[in-house]
Amino acid sequence: MATVVLQGDLARRCTGGLTELEVDAADYRELMSRLGERYPALVEAVRTHTAVAIDGEIFQDPLLEPIGPHSEVHFMPLIGGGAPPVRRLG
Amino acid sequence: MGNEKLHLDTHQFKVVGTRPVRPDGVDKVTGRAAFGADFTLPGMLCGQVVRSPHAHARIRGIDTSAALALPGVRAVVTAADLPDLPSEVSTGGESPINFRYVSLNVIARDKVLYEGHAVAAVAATSPAIAAAAAALVEVDYEVLPHVIDVLDAMREDAPVLHEDLYTSGVEPKPAQASNVAARTGFTLGDTAQGFAEADIVVEREYSTAAVHQGYIEPHAAVASYAADGMATIWCSSQGQFMVREFCAKLLGMDVGNIRVIPAEIGGGFGGKTTVYLEPLAVALARKSGRPVKLVMTRGEVFRATGPTSGSHVRVKIGAKKDGTLVAGEMVLKYQAGAFPGSPATLGGMTGFAPYDIPHATAECWDVVSNRPKCAAYRAPGAPMAAFGVESALDELAQLLGMDPIELRLKNAAKEGTRTLYGPKFLRIGYAETLAAAHAHPHWSAPLGPNQGRGVASGFWFNIGGPSSAAVHVNEDGTVEVVTGNPDIGGSRASMAMMAAEVLGIEVGKVRPMIGDTGQIAYSFLTGGSRVTFATGKAVIEASEAVVAQLRARAAKLWKVEAGEVEWRDGHAHCTKTDEAREPLSLRQIAHSAGKTGGPISGAVSINAAGAGPGFGTHLCDVEVDPETGHVTVLRYTAIQDVGRAIHPAYVEGQLQGGAAQGIGWALNEEYVYDAQGRLQNAGFLDYRMPVCSDLPMIDTVLVEVPNPGHPFGVRGVGEVPIVPPLAAVANAVSRAVGLRQTQLPISPPRLLAQLDSKGR
Repeated sequence: MATVVLQGDLARRCTGGLTELEVDAADYRELMSRLGERYPALVEAVRTHTAVAIDGEIFQDPLLEPIGPHSEVHFMPLIGGGAPPVRRLG
Repeated sequence: MGNEKLHLDTHQFKVVGTRPVRPDGVDKVTGRAAFGADFTLPGMLCGQVVRSPHAHARIRGIDTSAALALPGVRAVVTAADLPDLPSEVSTGGESPINFRYVSLNVIARDKVLYEGHAVAAVAATSPAIAAAAAALVEVDYEVLPHVIDVLDAMREDAPVLHEDLYTSGVEPKPAQASNVAARTGFTLGDTAQGFAEADIVVEREYSTAAVHQGYIEPHAAVASYAADGMATIWCSSQGQFMVREFCAKLLGMDVGNIRVIPAEIGGGFGGKTTVYLEPLAVALARKSGRPVKLVMTRGEVFRATGPTSGSHVRVKIGAKKDGTLVAGEMVLKYQAGAFPGSPATLGGMTGFAPYDIPHATAECWDVVSNRPKCAAYRAPGAPMAAFGVESALDELAQLLGMDPIELRLKNAAKEGTRTLYGPKFLRIGYAETLAAAHAHPHWSAPLGPNQGRGVASGFWFNIGGPSSAAVHVNEDGTVEVVTGNPDIGGSRASMAMMAAEVLGIEVGKVRPMIGDTGQIAYSFLTGGSRVTFATGKAVIEASEAVVAQLRARAAKLWKVEAGEVEWRDGHAHCTKTDEAREPLSLRQIAHSAGKTGGPISGAVSINAAGAGPGFGTHLCDVEVDPETGHVTVLRYTAIQDVGRAIHPAYVEGQLQGGAAQGIGWALNEEYVYDAQGRLQNAGFLDYRMPVCSDLPMIDTVLVEVPNPGHPFGVRGVGEVPIVPPLAAVANAVSRAVGLRQTQLPISPPRLLAQLDSKGR
């Protein structure tokens, strides 16, 4: 089971304060689907403005990235750098 | 000392790491390079933007009739000529940007929110007529109270800029609109517990001024609009695809009906990652039926384009007696300018990132005020946070009697360290930069009277993202590399070098080019220290696709399997042991390409992941004139983990440029407003950026801890070097005068007042 770790603010708003969630998923899309069944507000909250870190690697526009059975997943703000934060494939 | 390079791995390259002459150099030094304002078209009109003289006012009405009646005037546009976009953040595959704010910043609709805010634009047959017409546009203003400072803007009785802006991220949701757009926060561990464990705590408030990116080239755009609804834009920006997307949104056009042709860019530093003139030029061209050029003056650049935020930051750090950090707390209040969107959150994510602190929090506030909307500036948000944290660490080192580099080394983040924003670091090279700084002769050189030495570090994430590249082999064996990213920091040379490395040919045989939006597939803009990493990855993959074709063509000629052909040193080698074949060069294979299957080329589009974070450590020596308060930077050394320097001279240039900009931020640069909220120093004479005579030669040390996420080990390098200088300079001044510097810029009058108040 992968572990999804949430910042306190997000947990308070979306999971009743739970900051660690165990989820069985093979990739990011499946992870969001599983989370959506239990915490729809969380999925809505991270749908925009949010990048994801899977085992320390940051993905700005995730969908099919694989998630291992012992992966650690964090949601975090998009990082635009010297650029407005855009998540878009042309 | 000059420039040094420390290799921490043994991978051997033939082209990467060399210093060939830059392919764009001759054009730039001879003046042949065409920048945004250099384009002209037959029948082109000259445009001028009408701007608000008020910091805050309601627009009761705009009368353009007198301007339109002036002979030679062909069009006048106001916000009524652009769609009134809804206030919503685009979602899903769209960009998370509120395009209503972008649109209202390009041209005001109901209110002007800062001096210089555009309210109309005119197009005429000459610049003189355009200027006369602009003066004839009558705007009926109801002047409103204004607010400039971020702390003033947060007060309950402050004039409110947006009646529909309610603070997000606070509970319960506010009942009243305010200038506080958002609160975000990060928590790691339990700071109450951490501070309880501390033997020593330092806490101070720090402030920085809004500073402009200071690019030499003002914004400029030429637009044409064809009868079939196709717009073409020639402009200087950090991303032709960004201009296309933003203009499509703001003008209500299809992306496919806009072509953007990138000009050379005379500096951007993040400030050209949005649009200002481009939609107005298209609107004027659409209305007049003629091409239109708009060019900003320097005053317009200062008044109407994004600086980065001014900030107020409170930092509290707790440590054990041996220097082990146990807790950290940051509260960051950043000016967004007239519309929400300051980089406060990024400040909160970056400030403590270089350190392994078990208990930490960051609280970040995004605040609007009557200033131009802030824009990205190298490592947006990070320098202000680092100024607070790195100053606090310097003070802590003094109180503990520790060497400030050893304090940092003791607490340096490394592979596996958990960040305040969540994930653990993969392979990083922060400690290596500290070790290099400690070993550098600069650190142990003697200091004289009134002199001080400062050290500070900085972090930036670096990003990847969508990038495209095409590699074409010409019939004579030369190669063209086409990418979709404007070359701001020398990326053309790096692209050519990476292609040459893969192809095994001389870099002089590779010609790098930047395609327009019709010539290359989508590429996210040049920013975030991403191009050499992400677009470089695309170039490497496209070059590898070409090598596969070259091997296949050689196999065809030799009548062997492609798997029996190896590509080495720019030649195909047959590995089939019973076949004696002379190697075939790229040139030979290219020459016969028509007979073996047609032209050889590779095109790749990727969404690059694996960007490696960057860390830097800077050393700064200053001398303070006690009579005037003037600070002279005597010596400066910038040390950075760059992963792999493709073209070391360019990488050194990035470090030097970032350091120079950071020194200006620390010592002189600031926006000065009068009581009416009007900018008083909108020119390079009064907005004091450092020039060559203000600076020593900035020495560099390139530490190379390869990024495992890139085939050649590249990490982005462009943003990290502006993060440490604010604190490096302030720490040096603090130690020189014995007074902790908490407010930037440390301008002569401000420092002299401090010295006088202490009776020095």
